[in-house]
Amino acid sequence: MKLIIAIIQPYKMDAVREALTEISVSGLTVSEVRGYGRQRGHTEVYRGAEYTINYVPKLKLEIAVDDDKVDEVVDAVTRAARTGKVGDGKIFVIDLDAVTRIRTGETGVQAL
Amino acid sequence: MINGADTAWILTSTVLVLFMTLPGLALFYAGLVRAKNILSVLMHCLAIACLVTVLWFAGAYSLAFVGTNPWIGDLSQAFLFGVERGAVHPGTTIPDTVYIMFQMTFAIITPALIVGAYVERIKFSAVLLFSGLWLIVVYAPVTHWVWGGGWLAIMGAKDYAGGIVVHTTAGISALIVAIALGKRDGFPRHLPPPHASWMVMVGACMLWVGWFGFNAGSALTAGADAGMAMLVTHMAAAIASLTWMAIEWARFGKPSVVGMVTGTIAGLATITPASGFVGPLGAVVIGVVSGAFCYAMVQVVKQRMIIDDSLDVFAVHGVGGMTGTLLTAPLMDAAFGGVGFAEGVTAGSQFVVQVIGVGSVAIWSGVASFVLIKITQALVGLRVVPEIETQGLDLTTHGESGYNVAMGGSTQ
Repeated sequence: MKLIIAIIQPYKMDAVREALTEISVSGLTVSEVRGYGRQRGHTEVYRGAEYTINYVPKLKLEIAVDDDKVDEVVDAVTRAARTGKVGDGKIFVIDLDAVTRIRTGETGVQAL
Repeated sequence: MINGADTAWILTSTVLVLFMTLPGLALFYAGLVRAKNILSVLMHCLAIACLVTVLWFAGAYSLAFVGTNPWIGDLSQAFLFGVERGAVHPGTTIPDTVYIMFQMTFAIITPALIVGAYVERIKFSAVLLFSGLWLIVVYAPVTHWVWGGGWLAIMGAKDYAGGIVVHTTAGISALIVAIALGKRDGFPRHLPPPHASWMVMVGACMLWVGWFGFNAGSALTAGADAGMAMLVTHMAAAIASLTWMAIEWARFGKPSVVGMVTGTIAGLATITPASGFVGPLGAVVIGVVSGAFCYAMVQVVKQRMIIDDSLDVFAVHGVGGMTGTLLTAPLMDAAFGGVGFAEGVTAGSQFVVQVIGVGSVAIWSGVASFVLIKITQALVGLRVVPEIETQGLDLTTHGESGYNVAMGGSTQ
């Protein structure tokens, strides 16, 4: 099993969710996060003074899937979240040791 | 004799002007600070309103408006002694009670304006002590000079609704307090932006609406003078807003909400002394001048002089009030649609009087505020320690947080 962590532009959430629904991804977790990459930050102006905003708002998606589904999910997120401009985000894939469904106590792939 | 229409309008205006402070100014300021200090700013405005109310009835009203000495009133109506239910305020058609309440709302907002100079770092005890002393030592005498029959009134200084009494006193004092208190940690290069720009807009618009009571209420009658004061007030506010917006748009490529409503307040502060004396043409001039000049002064104070007058009280209110007071002299000329001059007065001679008014009140406000802030420092201290400034005043001083969205805890 793998845990796919995708950092995306907030306004791409709907498109990503649709793309994932199409390939039958059954669940994910979203959080609002802030960070910077090549996009760096941006500036905002209040009463003529420029403020540097170092951390840009993004959404972080966490999707747990079985090994054979990883490429499909990464591909779907990449397609749906891409604008081609700096700031589109990143996808990380890491090994997932164990999963437990709290309601039933099922573990492993059954619990996904 | 009491006139029902006039009394009804001043009762209404009293409500409007109190609404300017609570919650208008409080929200306007609270949105501009960081989230960790929102409650402290709301608390400053609320506590000042209550404290001033008590002091006003206890003696500040009497010092400002009762008595014939040109420098200061007397205490013959301290604790509202001798204020009868049916008494008419001298020279008006409204009851004494209504006049006292109406003027009280001005006395409330003036020290509350100074809050913008010391947010995010001042001790709460210092806020109370300084504001109380300031009301007695600065506000009450200056009000007496200009509106209470004092020496500036005798000289013929024109201040319809508070360009001198409210905005010059608060603006100059704010600058002195900001210098005495010192900069916030991180000023000017490493401060985060306002935490809730939408709240700034909401507060500014409450101020805008309340300002109709401030300026049109200062007619003290429900008639033609109130009507024109309301018209020019609204016009100056709208034009100053557009002016500030245009400057930001041209300079930074984006017209901002915080900028535009700051222009609104600049226009309102600047038209205040002139509102009963000028016509629509005067309002246009004041709108354009205030939007541009106050914008420039914000940059001068914060970026050139590096003074942390945190929410630009001096640059917006002080500069606006002083500019409007000076512009009143030429713009009240009948040739510009104003009310014209009294017999033997010219634009030039009126201008000299306006300069004396602004200058003397600015000096008194500055010197007295300096002394009062030093007294406050000696008695209770001015600044919180750096750790408290970092944590924010809400939790450390008031034991509350402005925002408990998730994981707020539970009762015990």
